[in-house]
Amino acid sequence: MSSPLLEVEGLRVAFGDAEPVVRDVSFTLTPGRVLALVGESGSGKSVSAMSVLGLLPPEARVSGSVRFRGEELVGASDDTLRAVRGAGIGVVFQEPMNSFTPVLSIGTQVAEAIRAHPTDLDRAAVSARIDELLRAAGLTDPERIRTAYPHELSGGQLQRAMIAMALAGDPVALIADEPTTALDVTVQAGILDLLRRLGRERSLAVLLITHDMGVVADVADELLVMRRGDPVEHGTVAEVFAHPSADYTRELLAAVPSLEARPASVGPRTSTATRPGGPDSAPASRDLSADASTDSASADVDDPSRASRQSVARLRDVAVRYSRRGGPTVSGIDLDLRAGETVGLVGESGSGKSTIGRALAGLVPVVAGSVEVDGSGLRTARGQRLRELRSRVGIVFQDPASSLNPRQTIGWSIAEPLLVHGTASAADRAERVRDLLTAVQLDPSWAERFPHQLSGGQRQRVAVARALALRPALVIADEPTSALDVTVQAAVLDLLAQLQDEFGFGMLLISHDLAVVRQLADEVVVLHDGRVVERGTTDAVLDDPQQDYTRMLLAAAPVADPVRQAARREAWRAWEGVAS
Amino acid sequence: MTANVVERPVASSGRATGFRAVVRRVRQDRWAVTSAVVIVVFLVVAVAAPLISAVTGQDPYGYDIDALNSFGAPKGFGGGISGEHWFGVEPLTGRDLFAIVTYGARTSLGIGLAATLVSIVIGVLVGVTTGFFGGWYDRVLSRVVDVIFGFPSLVFMIALTAIVPTSFPKPVLVVLVIGFFGWPSVARVVRGQTLSLVSRNYVVASTAMGAGRWHVIRTQLLPNLAATITVYATISIPSMIGAEAALSFLAVGVTPPTPSWGRSIGDAVGWVQTDPMYLVFPGVALFLITLAFNVLGDALRDALDPRGARR
Amino acid sequence: MSTFRFIAIRILGAAVVLLVVAAITYALFMLLPTNPARAICDKPCTPDRLREVQAFLGTDKPWLAQFGAYLAGIFTGRTFGSGASVITCAAPCFGYSFQLHESVTELILSRLPVTASIAVGAAVLWLVAGVFGGTVSALRRGTFVDRAVMTVAVAGVSSPAYLIGLLGILLFGFVLGILPTSGYVAFADDPVGWFMHLILPWCVLAFISAAIYARLTRGEMLESMSQDFVRTARAKGLRERQVVVRHGLRTAILPVVTLFGLDLGSLLGGAVITEKVFSMQGLGALLIDAVHTLDLQVVVGFTLFSALLIVTANVIVDVVYAFVDPRVRRRA
Repeated sequence: MSSPLLEVEGLRVAFGDAEPVVRDVSFTLTPGRVLALVGESGSGKSVSAMSVLGLLPPEARVSGSVRFRGEELVGASDDTLRAVRGAGIGVVFQEPMNSFTPVLSIGTQVAEAIRAHPTDLDRAAVSARIDELLRAAGLTDPERIRTAYPHELSGGQLQRAMIAMALAGDPVALIADEPTTALDVTVQAGILDLLRRLGRERSLAVLLITHDMGVVADVADELLVMRRGDPVEHGTVAEVFAHPSADYTRELLAAVPSLEARPASVGPRTSTATRPGGPDSAPASRDLSADASTDSASADVDDPSRASRQSVARLRDVAVRYSRRGGPTVSGIDLDLRAGETVGLVGESGSGKSTIGRALAGLVPVVAGSVEVDGSGLRTARGQRLRELRSRVGIVFQDPASSLNPRQTIGWSIAEPLLVHGTASAADRAERVRDLLTAVQLDPSWAERFPHQLSGGQRQRVAVARALALRPALVIADEPTSALDVTVQAAVLDLLAQLQDEFGFGMLLISHDLAVVRQLADEVVVLHDGRVVERGTTDAVLDDPQQDYTRMLLAAAPVADPVRQAARREAWRAWEGVAS
Repeated sequence: MTANVVERPVASSGRATGFRAVVRRVRQDRWAVTSAVVIVVFLVVAVAAPLISAVTGQDPYGYDIDALNSFGAPKGFGGGISGEHWFGVEPLTGRDLFAIVTYGARTSLGIGLAATLVSIVIGVLVGVTTGFFGGWYDRVLSRVVDVIFGFPSLVFMIALTAIVPTSFPKPVLVVLVIGFFGWPSVARVVRGQTLSLVSRNYVVASTAMGAGRWHVIRTQLLPNLAATITVYATISIPSMIGAEAALSFLAVGVTPPTPSWGRSIGDAVGWVQTDPMYLVFPGVALFLITLAFNVLGDALRDALDPRGARR
Repeated sequence: MSTFRFIAIRILGAAVVLLVVAAITYALFMLLPTNPARAICDKPCTPDRLREVQAFLGTDKPWLAQFGAYLAGIFTGRTFGSGASVITCAAPCFGYSFQLHESVTELILSRLPVTASIAVGAAVLWLVAGVFGGTVSALRRGTFVDRAVMTVAVAGVSSPAYLIGLLGILLFGFVLGILPTSGYVAFADDPVGWFMHLILPWCVLAFISAAIYARLTRGEMLESMSQDFVRTARAKGLRERQVVVRHGLRTAILPVVTLFGLDLGSLLGGAVITEKVFSMQGLGALLIDAVHTLDLQVVVGFTLFSALLIVTANVIVDVVYAFVDPRVRRRA
């Protein structure tokens, strides 16, 4: 076991006069090992990592000790820090599109990284080194990448370029701040593999910041769990995952939706007995046995009781095209949505899944096929008829920050559908708002609050309440939990399942996360490049996928179990080269 | 036991930007408060000019040749400052400068505010509708905006005031001309803001639930544009006031004998050596009101910025 | 799309805009009640004489023909009248001033050096001062330097050019007596005199515009220095100066460049006031005189020339911006 390269002790960070956001954090980095800093939003994990190299905003006050190769970095001079940045420790940031300067080419920026530290390479040698670095990061045409500008490359390519740039100074350690959060799952698998490989080859000490327990299980050797600035648990990945000692760690692990097969005796919407209720909800008390008996549709497509459920929406051979030139965004789409059931629409970015959701709401130009909502054609509906059809559909969007009008109270936002359709008096509307707030497990007196006073999870609940205001036949949930912390996500998914039981609407659940889809969906439709690639019941598709693409998606998604994940990683390697 | 995850508000939505919060923040800024006071004082003076006249016993039209010497310059210190004429008198005519300045406030503020109103109303209407409706309507109006931007505005304003028949009331003409050349920049800014709002989920949700276009504009877009519009209006006012003063300076603004600070400054060009106060009094008044609106506008913009003051 | 196509489309759009501006201007001034023929007719103006004058000017022809003749004149030159009393106006003919007995083009060209000297000199000065001031302010945000610069800037933005100009004349011209207070000296005649006469106008114009640029640059720099890519640049180990200039300023400068281009285009408007303050016989003075004497040929020609400058500047700014900001090229 080599000696530690980086020793952090008693790290404490505060911004201005506010409460410290990091309190007494300690960890060490050793060559060839990956340490993961894990936590939800507000845990202080990013702040801790950035404070190592002094990359925090000027208002930040850092105390404690950070020793790199014996040299103290806290309070060190600018020159000392500059020597360490890039040459001692390299950094990979989260959003590659924003982390590269938009007006300079990639080659220029990587060359800067090379020249930032004393080197006797001439121009030709620098160019050669850039190509070497880009190739080591898995980019096959470095000449093109070198002359390209950031906006011309994909997220995956940019992140590889960022890794190449971080290694330009030949560092001995690497800090990776949520390096794959903004990327598709197949791209993520490639980047994680790259990081792991480079770490081993070059004996790098890696500090990985992430909120995703699956990523931790895939890549990390050790982990430090943080919560609200405090360290909660520290140990090797094998130990902590198998026997978590802190309550919070247990909660985190339990909240992660499970991708893999459940015990066969339980139906699609699995119990929440192992999952705690969410932050502001009443303890989940769902009766499993009742579910299991009525849920005879667990694996049988031809079950008559299922087929007899009323159809709430239907897409037949639908194609959507935005601009006059180019091909359609999606084509040949068939979908059947029934009351009380959930169809999970799965795909990566650019697959067209959001487009389909919007087609059901009449928000995008449908150029072929038929769209039927509640029995009526949507494409030909105009004026009053269109409005009526729209009242039959409720949508929950992905981003809680922009789902609600910041200038209106949440009560107003929830009541807006009622206002628009002129159905009720002010008093009636107020009462309905109270009922809905209660249904989503929020305090009804909050109707007068504004969105900025609520947290992300609470705002999503409000969005759900709004979607249900007119008692829709169909609810479209477009990545409803992707922007939420994992514990909050679990609660919101539970809520959706519960409400579906209660109100009996059909749901289209759009997600890139197969595990989320597994939790709620009865049927799964896999989308790739605007076309349906595979469909079937959840168990059928996820346990025994027929198509290569589906298999690749499943293989690439990391699972929060180090032993299982190691095996899955090998299986994914068989697909390597397919994902770029 | 549920782990108590007290979810704190997501930082990205920023601080409260409602009316009361904004007023509170502006009130904490001493300079902004001072500016607001200055503006109020000027407004009061402008409105109450005749009253003030009655008090001082002077009006801007009365000639007082006795106050002038044989060259036409005012006698006495500071351009003729005395108990009767608090700011002295105007050369060649002997008119009370204080009255000219106070009545001049009416011209400047009146035209400035009216022109701002014209340009904001047209600009917001065009900006919101082009940003929201898009399509051919947007394309056509954007071309129109381009054409108006292609006009040399000051030059054109000067030329226009020359050819319009004198029967048409000059102040109204000035307001219309200045306002007409002002609305395209408002429209551009508002259109840009509208375009970024239109893709926000709450606007999409509104349409998706069946809301009509005007409902969306009224309840979703306008309240979120209010901040931009307010700041822009506050910053526009000094430009409009300046434009009127510039026109008057060039002797193509409101016709004499209507008092105007700009014209007084223009006339003062030839008297800079002998009677500098003729320049100073209206000049300082113009400077103060412009400065006050600019400072207040800055403070408003910082107070309304959802990410907090970037001062 | 290819650069050529991009430029071609911009130029085409500009030409259309110019055409519309020309039509509106022409319509407003030549075809309104104020009859141009009457303006140059001697007094008393008998109906016969009036008809002669109209024939001479060509205003007895239908509207479209007049406008067409005017446009054609811009490219090929134009003649008024016929026989003994013919007057030729060489291409490009923006009109002919019967009061001053010169073509508008000649008038503009003779006065252009004055206005150009003022405008270009001031422009360079205000660009440098403004960007420098704004950058320093942004980097030293919240300190005394920042507050001082911004206070001066807000005062500058609030001061009308003529006020500052007159105060400058008062202070430096009369009180201190070190600078000339009016007039223009051609560079060819006396370079030193040219320079001395321009110092005050330059400083006056630059002060106000520098204030605007300083505020804009400061805002853009604050925005750009808080972006993620600046943090990346630091994380690579670059010196702070490199980070500020190559990454922060390079990105922040784009809107400033745009504004500068547009300002140069509308310099004709600003010149008008400065020239009156400093009693310089430039283009501004030309316009004011023409307005007062109702010399509509000059007014229309001047307006069109000004519009041409603005529209050309717009096109150049668009093209330059596309070169400077690679993101725009993709969208285009």
